[in-house]
Amino acid sequence: MLQTVAIATGKTLLAILHRTGRGGTAFPGLVATRIAPNILRDLTARLPGGSAMVIGTNGKTTTTRLFATILEEAGLKVANNRSGSNLIRGLTSTLLSQASLRGKLTADMGLFEVDEAAFPQAQAKILPRLILINNLFRDQLDRYGEIDTVRKRWAETIKTLAPGTKLVLNADDPSMVYLARFAPEGVKNIFFGLDHPPLALTKLAHAVDAARCIVCGATLVYDAIYISHMGHYHCPNCGFSRPEPQFVIKEVKLSVDEGSEFVLETPDGPLMLKVGVPGLYNVYNAAGASAAALSLGIAPEHIKEGLAKFKSVFGRIERVALGEGRHLLLTLVKNPVGFNEVLRMLTNDPNRKLKMMVIINDLYADGRDVSWLWDVDFEVLADRLDWVHTGGLRATDMANRLKYAGIDPAMISWEEDIAASLKKAVDRLPAGETLYITPTYTAMLQLREVLQKMGLVVPFWEE
Amino acid sequence: MKLEIAFLYHDLMNIYGDRGNIITMSQRASWRGIEVNVTNLSVGDPVDPAKYDFYFFGGGQDKEQYAVADDLKGQKGQSLKEAAENGAVFLTVCGGYQLMGHYYRPDDGPELRGIGVLDAYTVAGKKRCIGNVIVKTEFGTLVAFENHSGKTYLGSGARPLGRSEVGFGNNAEDGNEGAIQHNVYGCYLHGSVLPKNPHFADHLLKQSLQRRYGSVDLAPLDDTVEMAAHRTALQRARDTR
Repeated sequence: MLQTVAIATGKTLLAILHRTGRGGTAFPGLVATRIAPNILRDLTARLPGGSAMVIGTNGKTTTTRLFATILEEAGLKVANNRSGSNLIRGLTSTLLSQASLRGKLTADMGLFEVDEAAFPQAQAKILPRLILINNLFRDQLDRYGEIDTVRKRWAETIKTLAPGTKLVLNADDPSMVYLARFAPEGVKNIFFGLDHPPLALTKLAHAVDAARCIVCGATLVYDAIYISHMGHYHCPNCGFSRPEPQFVIKEVKLSVDEGSEFVLETPDGPLMLKVGVPGLYNVYNAAGASAAALSLGIAPEHIKEGLAKFKSVFGRIERVALGEGRHLLLTLVKNPVGFNEVLRMLTNDPNRKLKMMVIINDLYADGRDVSWLWDVDFEVLADRLDWVHTGGLRATDMANRLKYAGIDPAMISWEEDIAASLKKAVDRLPAGETLYITPTYTAMLQLREVLQKMGLVVPFWEE
Repeated sequence: MKLEIAFLYHDLMNIYGDRGNIITMSQRASWRGIEVNVTNLSVGDPVDPAKYDFYFFGGGQDKEQYAVADDLKGQKGQSLKEAAENGAVFLTVCGGYQLMGHYYRPDDGPELRGIGVLDAYTVAGKKRCIGNVIVKTEFGTLVAFENHSGKTYLGSGARPLGRSEVGFGNNAEDGNEGAIQHNVYGCYLHGSVLPKNPHFADHLLKQSLQRRYGSVDLAPLDDTVEMAAHRTALQRARDTR
């Protein structure tokens, strides 16, 4: 009875919110959970194909979408929390939107992107068949607590996994390999990783979290560093090391405009894959999604097709045409590691001088503390900019950070109001050129509203 | 002129973007034509107490803090104490601040011994103090971000850095923030603190140069961007707490 009331109330709220054009997706789930606390568990138990879950600090939204596109390509109907609303209430909203009033689901399978902090609770309620964990980075410390605490909580959760659960992990991230040790008997650890020496960096960046061995605290030795602390590592003291992954990324070709091509070696032979979003981190995301889908028995041709069809996730990387050959390239930034990767992608062509706009908000979803801007290596932008505008609630902090990174203050202008700041930047953008915009999460939401008013981008809940 | 900076435990005590303080000290010195050298000093690296004018010691996670406390037990702690007593300038934040005091007592697990340069001690608190802060000090108003659960209490040898106008400060009880003793400054101010408090940065810079060069006049800099960030942070502190 309570459950019927909860489903009906939740669905009514969803309909109202959608009609009034508000994209917020968590509220109906919150209300439904208040009415019937076990609603998420009861709904997921009705999915015939079971559920899979994606967690990690960076790239989990893109990875989940890649994974979903592959499953859909294989003919499965997937219940998937698409709009980045990945706390328990967001997951509940997702299922409500796909349930009939009697609680019957139209989907074959659930695929859930789960917030770092919500993992223990979500795992207990959803009991997934497969969990894909991308990476663990420092992200919004004021919200999640320290990285050690998060890792510990994940390890505790992994100890509770049911036999038969598949755990797909990034072998290049020491935290993932450490977590694998906690999998109980009957849980299958499946690793993926990158092996392409030409892409290796020579030293660890400033923002790096895990240069020390998680087991014994000694300094890790790296034979190759690919992104942040991810690479080929071993501990000279206790022998903790990167395992040989079952799925190996090789022969990567990166391009900002075309996306990337790579070979994925699998236990059943190599696959030539192409993913339409740029950046090395998206190669990792695509490989993780592919390894997970293959582990669920999805055929290689669906993997290929799914990745090729993939459309960029809301705000992660988006290209918007302005006319006269001018474009905006929007890339979400939320922590030092992600921002460093974006900067690496933007500066990979030494002949390109960038016109940039950086929008920094400090609302709850962005992280209240803007200290993290000082862990981003903006120094790589010195001599690589034509000009830069900053916007958002912390436009001035950002402008100041750029000045201290050695960028000529004459190139930097700031204005809190995002619409006004964007207008100034677009007004001075010459024909045929691209404006590179890097907003934080809530800044991206505001920016999209501004763009929508200009008639440029569709609202994300309609994608 | 030359400024020798030591970045203590750059690889272990480096969370919360406190590296901005090193960047700020370096830039504000070099914009004035002062030569700067930054030395990273981690576990096992000896400290020459006569060499450095300015030390920065930031915050870390619990596990790292134990490794650091262990490293400070021997000669290294003695050398730092000697440097502090001879007038070197220290800016210490959060975990670094706590280890400059007598001890940190966690909820569970063994007590962490500090080097006792600041007459202060810290005990674990139950609630985490998080948010934008405004602090009134003798060097002007400071804006920053606090994020700590430790509660720090000062003895008679140390004086507070300032009064918390917005925020919890040292212990959420006495209204004070931070500590000063000799030229050692401790505080719970992230943000990073120096980039948007250029008046405080210049005070530390001047004091750091004094040891070697006597009274130094710093050429004025154009702080338009810095002070714009300072004003934004004042406003955000009032709007968010």
